[in-house]
Amino acid sequence: MNKIQNNRAWFLVLPVFILVAFSAIIPLMTVVNYSVQDIFDQNNAYFVGVEWYRDVLQDPRLQDSLLRQFMYSGSVLAIEIPLGIAVALMMPTRGAMASLSLILLAIPLLIPWNVVGTIWQIFARADIGLLGYAINGMGIEYNYATNATDAWLTVVLMDVWHWTSLIALLCYSGLRAIPDAYYQAAKIDRASDWAIFKYIQLPKLKGVLIIGVLLRFMDSFMIYTEPFVLTGGGPGNSTTFLSQTLTKMAIGQFDIGPAAAFSMIYFLIVLLVSWLFFTTISQLDKNKT
Amino acid sequence: MAEIQLKDLAHSYAADPEHTTDYAIHQMNHVWEQGGAYALLGPSGCGKSTLLNIISGLVKPSHGSVLFDGVVMNDISPQDRNIAQVFQFPVIYDSMTVYDNLAFPLRNMKVIESEVDEKVRAVADILELNSILQQKANNLSADQKQKISMGRGLVRDDVSAILFDEPLTVIDPNLKWKLRRKLKQIHERYNLTMVYVTHDQLEASTFADKIALMYEGKIVQFGTPRELFENPNHTFVGYFIGSPGMNLLEIEVTAEGAKMGEITVCLNDQQRRLLKSAGNASLKLGIRPEFVQLSSQSNDESMPCTLVHTEDLGTYKIVTVMLGEHSIKVRLDEEQQVPEQNAYLNFPSQWLKFYADDYLIVTDETGDKS
Repeated sequence: MNKIQNNRAWFLVLPVFILVAFSAIIPLMTVVNYSVQDIFDQNNAYFVGVEWYRDVLQDPRLQDSLLRQFMYSGSVLAIEIPLGIAVALMMPTRGAMASLSLILLAIPLLIPWNVVGTIWQIFARADIGLLGYAINGMGIEYNYATNATDAWLTVVLMDVWHWTSLIALLCYSGLRAIPDAYYQAAKIDRASDWAIFKYIQLPKLKGVLIIGVLLRFMDSFMIYTEPFVLTGGGPGNSTTFLSQTLTKMAIGQFDIGPAAAFSMIYFLIVLLVSWLFFTTISQLDKNKT
Repeated sequence: MAEIQLKDLAHSYAADPEHTTDYAIHQMNHVWEQGGAYALLGPSGCGKSTLLNIISGLVKPSHGSVLFDGVVMNDISPQDRNIAQVFQFPVIYDSMTVYDNLAFPLRNMKVIESEVDEKVRAVADILELNSILQQKANNLSADQKQKISMGRGLVRDDVSAILFDEPLTVIDPNLKWKLRRKLKQIHERYNLTMVYVTHDQLEASTFADKIALMYEGKIVQFGTPRELFENPNHTFVGYFIGSPGMNLLEIEVTAEGAKMGEITVCLNDQQRRLLKSAGNASLKLGIRPEFVQLSSQSNDESMPCTLVHTEDLGTYKIVTVMLGEHSIKVRLDEEQQVPEQNAYLNFPSQWLKFYADDYLIVTDETGDKS
């Protein structure tokens, strides 16, 4: 076989390369650039190697907020995924009620983040908010502005309110895609409702659930606006998550070097966790066959 | 073991059916005997799947009742009916192995595991699934998946009837005959009542002892494949069975015989009496392409015709000829010659069928009462 080698063919890759360079590589490289230098002004920049990284990783403030962040994403996923599946299973399958419940479910998804934060900020207030006032009225002491546990619960509840719909809608579409014959066959095979869920619905939902988990993990891991509006990270630092710590560092204190190093670590964590999750799931699949 | 009886059964998907067109199944009485292999044949949309689902209990009939061995089943759910159903698209539980798929119905019934194992292996043996028992079921080919669906029906002791809803639709043509033969074997071995829904007459006649042909929500004929071929009792049966279907010609009865346009076909006395008994219904003459004789020589009763075209299908030929303004199909064996210039048609009188308002005219004399 005579293959003609023409290196000019590489030019064909150029448009994509340029696009990716401007959209991802160059912005990322500026961050990389800051993360390895100590910059005083335009003429005074010193290369510091991995020093910022070492600093950042040893900073207890960051360790705390990283831990908090994992707890937050973990609890959000642990609630939203089962709840979303349950909601999808209970939704009517056809008729006007189906459309109505779809619309109702979609509403939280359409509300901008800071509005969600504001809604809950007011809704949950102990003095004038309906929820806060009602809880206190029942004799349970509740104040998200002063009690760290209350603040945590409120932030998680807010996220559940905002995003469970996404999981429910994904699952709903997944469930609708299961042909009737499966349910009919299961009926004839005398499968219980639980067996139908376990052996038909759940396996068929796997695809959408992987996407749902990934989306919710990435989103909740990067959450900023809602807790910032609701609690401002308090009381104390109890609801200060990674992105807020980062913003304080980069914009509040103008520590560009450590903030850049931190950004890189942040980015890598999201990438790593998502990648680990995805490969584990696909690997499990392959092994079983 | 079950004999399935449909008593005054009718079904409409509409809430209050008013017109006959609202009915998917028109009122019928029918019996599927214990141990029989039946096909429910008909074109798409004739109600055959609805009828099957009524038998299995997935659809509740709006009128009449379904009886298994004389017991009314209308309010019994599918899981309590002792039937198994195989669907058009293979239904398998993806996340399970082949073994677990086969064991599923038994485990749902809380059968002890040693018994499950015995049953599953026995069924896997028959269906030739032994070698793949431990594989995951979702990566198998369609025919193997369909075998698993069947197997789930066979593992249960209590199953007395298996219903098939076009089970071979998604199977490769070269594997179809294999599976069909498997079905036959299973039928012989287990003495189960089997009802097989299909729109393919070849499939129906190779599988079934008796075929119920459905048309517009009614079973228009129930008989052996041969009966349906030789003695169709409705024009639709004539048209649907056979390839090509029966030649059907509208006729008027005159003094000379059966007149269709310019042409008159001679009739014998018996046929005249037959036609007279039909009164003034709309009459049709039917003859199968296989029985039409085409030759280059004329005789007393032959009718001149013009050749339109010939399709050579390898083992036989289909010749289309014009008889007056009617187009007639003739099926010739491969070795038979197609006349070159003058062609004459003969309708052998024993193969002529007469229909009044689309139903075969029968009298006691002919003895035809199928």
